[in-house]
Amino acid sequence: MQNQDEIRRLKDVVQQLLDEAKQQGATAAEAAFSVDNGLSVSARLGDVETIEYHCDQGIGVTVYFGQKKGSASTNDVSADSLKETIKAACSIARYASEDEYAGLPDPALLATEFPDLDLNHPWDIDAEKAITLAIECENAARHFDKAISNSEGASVNSHQGTRVFGNSLGFLQGYQSSRHSISCSVLAGSGDSMQRDYWYSVARNPVLLESAQFVGEKAAKRTVARLNARSLSTRQCPVLFAPEMAAGLIGSLLGAISGTSLYRKSSFLLDSLDTQILPDFVRIHEQPLLIGGMGSASYDAEGVATNARDIVGNGILHSYILSTYSARKLGMQTTGNAGGVHNLTVESGQNDFAGMLKLLGTGLLVTELMGQGVNRVTGDYSRGASGFWVENGVIQYPVQEITIAGNLKTMLRNIVAIGSDVDLRGNIRVGSVLLEQMAIAGE
Amino acid sequence: MPLTEQVKQSILVANSLLPQDIDRVMSTLLSAPVDAADIYFQSSHFESWSLEGGIVKEGSHSIEHGAGVRVVSGDKTGFAYSDRIELPILLEAASNVKAIVRQGQHAQHSIQTAQNWPQLYRPLNPLSSLADQDKIDLLKRVDAETRKLDSRIEEVMVSLVAAYDNVLVANQDGSLQADVRPLVRMNVSVIMVENGRREQGSMGGGGRSDYSYFLEGDRAMDFAREAVRQAQINLQAEEAPAGNMTVVLGPGWPGILLHEAIGHGLEGDFNRKGTSAFSGRVGERVASDLCTVVDDGTLPGRRGSLSIDDEGTPTENTVLIENGILKGYMQDKLNARLMGVKPTGNGRRESYAHLPMPRMTNTYMLPGQSDPEEIIRSVKKGLYARNFGGGQVDITSGKFVFSASEAYLIENGKITRPVKGATLIGNGPDVLTKVSMVGNDMQLDSGVGTCGKEGQSVPVGVGQPTLKIDGMTVGGTSL
Repeated sequence: MQNQDEIRRLKDVVQQLLDEAKQQGATAAEAAFSVDNGLSVSARLGDVETIEYHCDQGIGVTVYFGQKKGSASTNDVSADSLKETIKAACSIARYASEDEYAGLPDPALLATEFPDLDLNHPWDIDAEKAITLAIECENAARHFDKAISNSEGASVNSHQGTRVFGNSLGFLQGYQSSRHSISCSVLAGSGDSMQRDYWYSVARNPVLLESAQFVGEKAAKRTVARLNARSLSTRQCPVLFAPEMAAGLIGSLLGAISGTSLYRKSSFLLDSLDTQILPDFVRIHEQPLLIGGMGSASYDAEGVATNARDIVGNGILHSYILSTYSARKLGMQTTGNAGGVHNLTVESGQNDFAGMLKLLGTGLLVTELMGQGVNRVTGDYSRGASGFWVENGVIQYPVQEITIAGNLKTMLRNIVAIGSDVDLRGNIRVGSVLLEQMAIAGE
Repeated sequence: MPLTEQVKQSILVANSLLPQDIDRVMSTLLSAPVDAADIYFQSSHFESWSLEGGIVKEGSHSIEHGAGVRVVSGDKTGFAYSDRIELPILLEAASNVKAIVRQGQHAQHSIQTAQNWPQLYRPLNPLSSLADQDKIDLLKRVDAETRKLDSRIEEVMVSLVAAYDNVLVANQDGSLQADVRPLVRMNVSVIMVENGRREQGSMGGGGRSDYSYFLEGDRAMDFAREAVRQAQINLQAEEAPAGNMTVVLGPGWPGILLHEAIGHGLEGDFNRKGTSAFSGRVGERVASDLCTVVDDGTLPGRRGSLSIDDEGTPTENTVLIENGILKGYMQDKLNARLMGVKPTGNGRRESYAHLPMPRMTNTYMLPGQSDPEEIIRSVKKGLYARNFGGGQVDITSGKFVFSASEAYLIENGKITRPVKGATLIGNGPDVLTKVSMVGNDMQLDSGVGTCGKEGQSVPVGVGQPTLKIDGMTVGGTSL
């Protein structure tokens, strides 16, 4: 469902911005305008805690004077402000250096087809209904187990927005999208042995959300499972990343093959195109046109057509993640990834989560990672972890206050299996990932 | 107060809003039996310039303004905001948010509003403190001079960022408080290559000042020299050890340990709700008696400082831990009222579009008696962590982690080889009980900290003297 009147209203503003940029002497320009409205409510200990009404809008422009570039943004869309914003961008462009790689995309690469990707499903929910749902969710968590001792509450969020993008090559497109979520976080235990965990469900279409009851119970189940966690002694062992954690691992890989890291030479995967970076059973591909996908889009942040393609096939890196600028810096062509990837998918194997635990045999299941111990330049990886100790495929006890360490280059090569238990909530779709071995530090 | 007049001009008058309009919005909010209500007006200017590959290839400029309207009743909060500072929109927001207030809630009461407080920074607009051409020249000069420092430098990135924030807080007692907040930051990072090995070094700083801050005493090049030094060290670093060992933390930025391991757990909201590992522990020992930790928003010009917080409360120097005993928490108005204590000036919000909550300002440990060299000499085998990347904490279990960006082995009382990729983990309520020596070399960080909580980012400061911790888990790859 797309409200064409609203899209047209935003398109008119974007066109005005592009015209004004030309008026002020820019040789090329691009502009975006987005409007978002939303409702967030939270409930704690059985009663409403906050009601928040969100209402955001923003415009952003980039202007070029030949090879010189300047950007500006504002949330004030009055006519005067639009002029001032263009003026600020133009002023920056005059002071910026000539950059031979700067500029709009190759017109031949701009998107020309705009299929309806079914991204917009407004939720007919008011504050009162959202509160009822949040309370139901939190109640489900609090009553799930006697060990649940406290709560950070449950929340229900509904957001809907319109975004329009245009450039001076004649591209002018817009679409509406929605995003709704239910989340819950509860505590178990007391004093020195308190634990907390959470669960959330997110979807573009509210009917696809997991039920409030399910989200609450899952949050409670996860929290209770963490009680009486211990540390491990320092050792080497196989490690299974739960799907939510595996997405982070794949995210680190994406960072290393993104154009900006590559042309800055700040990547542990420099010059790795057409080389083996993963075991040969691994396929990673991008699916930008998935109907209703969380990361679906027919064009990227520059208007370039998105590109369903294999990034890794048979473990070999086939494609970097490039925007127009980073591609030009590298002497390549953009891959339609200005602004990021779209439904990046790691092909799953045969095993569900239970099967993956069996494959792990005896080792560590990681369900949470902490800290920023990932060095993109060297691939050095060392992060705080918690999860479960597993023996012969069976979870034995929860584990905390340990670190897992290695180097991403070898970690990626040492992937043993990828599960079919794919987490569909994010833009990276991957099941649990089993690594042959990592260094564990603990007591 | 002239400052208030200046901000009224830039926000209210500029949007044709009259003082009686604020009264009308406030009356709408107060027509229900609420405990507190406020309207937060904000106007922000922001710019950034960045140099890479020897050219200033990017700059951006942004102007944002808006107002947030909030009512609080008991522990319930209603909140709405708009980027249009116009009476009909504010009135609609006010009537929406008071729906949170139901029958039978607490009656309205008036609060004490401070009238005078020291201004901790000058109401400068840093964006206009230097001509655009001079900003470019500064970036180019730093780039050129940095490249001369070491022939192994392959890439230099320099960025310059300034923000100019005007805020006006209207409270339910009719008071109107204003603050004008400048903030600048500069960052230099280098990539160095030797024999195919590639390492990074990075350093930055800033504060509530204007661009002249970077020109004082060649501060900009000090950042560059430090970035180069760190990259040089990283080129020699070997794999970090793994396991439990004595850890010595260097002075200054390693105070992020206090921020993560202790600070977050002492924020009022978590303690009111009983979700922090420190809940209900005021008066108990949570650190060795060598440790006194404060959160001090009153340091002039520091990145984490504020003359008043985002609820109009003047900031304070709040003692969190005194000689090892937990003294109190950091509070905003809502949590202070519900816990029956005074607000401590820690009510902060990322912008008008976010709700305030208890947040840190500048969190640091006071100096002790020990000579830092004597601390190193006392360690037979351990890790000396001189600089850190980021950190994170689970405030409920108390578990924290942070990553060393510069660390060395200590062997027989001497700092020996640099190591890379060391992560330190521990338990917040435990870690300070193991502090056995505190240096006399207290330092604050250079002004780079940004703290995230519930999706909101605010600038903060940290600091500490050299600290010796008997036994922490170091997560390296060398077993």
